Amino acid sequence: MKYLEEFRDAGVARRLLDDIAAITTKHHVLMEVCGGQTHSIIRNGIDRLLPDHIEMVHGPGCPVCVTPLETIDKALEIASRDGVIFCSFGDMLRVPGSGRDLFSVKSAGGDVRIVYSPLDAVKIARDNPDREVVFFGIGFETTAPANAMAVYQAKREGLENFSMLVSHVLVPPAMRAILDSPANRVEAFLAAGHVCSVMGYEQYFPIAQQYGTPIVVTGFEPLDLLHGIKMAVAQLEEGRAEVENAYERAVTREGNIPAQQMVQDVFTTVDRNWRGVGMIPMSGWALAGAYRDLDAAERFTVTDIATVESPLCHAGEVLQGTMKPDECPAFGKECTPRAPLGATMVSAEGACAAYYLYGRYEELETAR
Amino acid sequence: MCLGIPGKVIEITGEGMARTGKVDFDGMVKDVNLAFVPDIEVGDFAIVHVGFAITQLDERAALETLAHLQAIEAVATELDPDAALAAEEAIARGDE
Amino acid sequence: MTLDSWSCPMPLRDHPTIVMGHGGGGQLSAELIEHLFVPAFGRGELADLADAAVLDTGGRVSFSTDTFVVRPRFFPGGDIGELAVNGTVNDVAMRGAVPRFLSVGLVLEEGLPMAELGVIVESMAAAAAHAGVTIVTGDTKVVDRGHGDGVFVNTTGIGILPDGVDIRPQRARPGDVVIVSGTVGDHGMAIMSVREGLEFESTIRSDTAALNHMIGTVLGTGADVHVLRDPTRGGLAASLNEIAKAADVGILLDERSIPVDRTVAAACELLGMDPMYVANEGKVVAFVPAGDADRVLEAMRLHPEGERATVIGEVTATHRGMVAARTPLGATRVVDMQVGEQLPRIC
Repeated sequence: MKYLEEFRDAGVARRLLDDIAAITTKHHVLMEVCGGQTHSIIRNGIDRLLPDHIEMVHGPGCPVCVTPLETIDKALEIASRDGVIFCSFGDMLRVPGSGRDLFSVKSAGGDVRIVYSPLDAVKIARDNPDREVVFFGIGFETTAPANAMAVYQAKREGLENFSMLVSHVLVPPAMRAILDSPANRVEAFLAAGHVCSVMGYEQYFPIAQQYGTPIVVTGFEPLDLLHGIKMAVAQLEEGRAEVENAYERAVTREGNIPAQQMVQDVFTTVDRNWRGVGMIPMSGWALAGAYRDLDAAERFTVTDIATVESPLCHAGEVLQGTMKPDECPAFGKECTPRAPLGATMVSAEGACAAYYLYGRYEELETAR
Repeated sequence: MCLGIPGKVIEITGEGMARTGKVDFDGMVKDVNLAFVPDIEVGDFAIVHVGFAITQLDERAALETLAHLQAIEAVATELDPDAALAAEEAIARGDE
Repeated sequence: MTLDSWSCPMPLRDHPTIVMGHGGGGQLSAELIEHLFVPAFGRGELADLADAAVLDTGGRVSFSTDTFVVRPRFFPGGDIGELAVNGTVNDVAMRGAVPRFLSVGLVLEEGLPMAELGVIVESMAAAAAHAGVTIVTGDTKVVDRGHGDGVFVNTTGIGILPDGVDIRPQRARPGDVVIVSGTVGDHGMAIMSVREGLEFESTIRSDTAALNHMIGTVLGTGADVHVLRDPTRGGLAASLNEIAKAADVGILLDERSIPVDRTVAAACELLGMDPMYVANEGKVVAFVPAGDADRVLEAMRLHPEGERATVIGEVTATHRGMVAARTPLGATRVVDMQVGEQLPRIC
């Protein structure tokens, strides 16, 4: 595929890896915030190919892992109701709420449907005027314009049976929360490439300056990741703390203005509870005044939610990079991919799931 | 939040918020909303996420980045040879 | 074959849709058998209309069953009928047997258009003829509207196992070469392309095919084939994991050598799916001693189903029970068994 495969060239990747090794003189801890980047790193084996002195910590970059437990439980409750068609991205189907997930709701009779785009959910609402259609609007800033457009279109068409359960989270406040934590070890960030396609990277300058932390806007293919890592390491080695763009073909400094305008119209910034991390002020988006009547959380009054998070689960510390998955007492025992306690063991790019898999492999590899 | 794939715009209809099109990904064609890329034209490349073009792909920047990365040569020739040697020794000692 | 082109035989034209009576064992049932199933599936044992078929097998048999519930029933490259015949023919053939006889069990939902049933039955007849198998017995039941999903098909197959043939997962051993007969992920992505909420336009077609003729050619070379498996649900990854566990061996793949059609690859990228986990319906994975690899490949490539047959990996004595793959970058990734089915993702 054009503009994708060229950025997977193995020969160039190896030279980049050598380059990184050559400029590294001490131990560095880097964090990528985006789940898609984590997935690519693990899938391509990049973290295992990097020199030992570069430690990649996988951040809270996936909505699967950070959507508040309360929101998941609300989703499960709404999806269980008669007459509701609950539409969601595939990512959310297996995320454990307090004791069950969307899959089990489906098997108990709930009408749960996977869609590729929020507009598919709007279409389902158009085609099923006698049913309530609810879309699970999760994601970072990348997905927000699409979700906003769905709400905007539904309202304009007067689709009264459509509503959205919104749980958007924002990257810059998350970065600050991580940097503010006393246990923080992260020295540089790879900023999420497609988040920045939408938002630009203006917001990262104050962070880089205030905390003295290099931030490099990075893409997703192996060459993009290595390019971003190399630039971050170079900054650390040279004592710089700047914002740089390693994903120029998809990111400009000001970002996508029409998309930002749509988001500003439809959403408003709110405090958000990040699962496992806690409350981060002004770190989420919810539906704004004019669009509140399409907010599923208001349309379906969901009461009596008693969220139950496993007391054994340390997903939060893993997400913030202060604990390694195999340092968690439940790792591999009460908590496995088959029976996960927290989201980081469910998701394909969850740090715990990745560790579990590769840990087992290395064990068997050395047992002869 | 992140899966965005580059594809070629092959058809455009409508305007403004109703601007949509067809994007071709190596023979797979998807209907894509183009409201957020009002300047994109047929033949251009877009990055598509959940059925929306979130940005136009800058082909020149892509080629420049590739050229830059492909030009990276075997390592030590670009750097200060003393620093390179010190780096290798430090790594061999297992310094933190 | 389209629904419009199917012409409904008398007296079935009196009933444009399936009614409860068609499963009741009375006149309506008899009409369905006489005017639809027997003409389609052939004379011989079936036409005797006895309670059971009596078969002459002359030795060991390979025996397999599978039930098909795919939705939508009609998809690019095939339909549920063709899938049902080819699927069981292939399962039987994976033991090295020659598939001969099939049974067909149908559960139909009241209200199913007769034309749809007609096309599905004709598809099955055509697939059976191509595979060289005979449908010798069957059954039809009808459930109330709302209590089925249109059509559920069960096929059960019997194949004759030649003497000395011993092909099963447990025979995989370190040093074996792993071969796949062609591109992976075609069927699953063909289904995806017509699934509500995920649809897209493409040229992707299901690879559904009967593989017994190709396997016959492979076995005819005299190669010592250890394992054959058709990687259906769960894709290549699921099948290889099952074999690794059953034989207690490790499998190491070379990712770059796994053939994937470029449009299938693009569709997987967009939906965030890995072709290794996507279903196939016309592919076989073979484990053979390294010395036999060339002649097995040559034999496969003689058939259209095996045009792109290629070596994709080897069996190792390390990481027993696990499947790993060398990535294009040279790192090793673990190809784990998925917990449930692979879902599209945005993240």
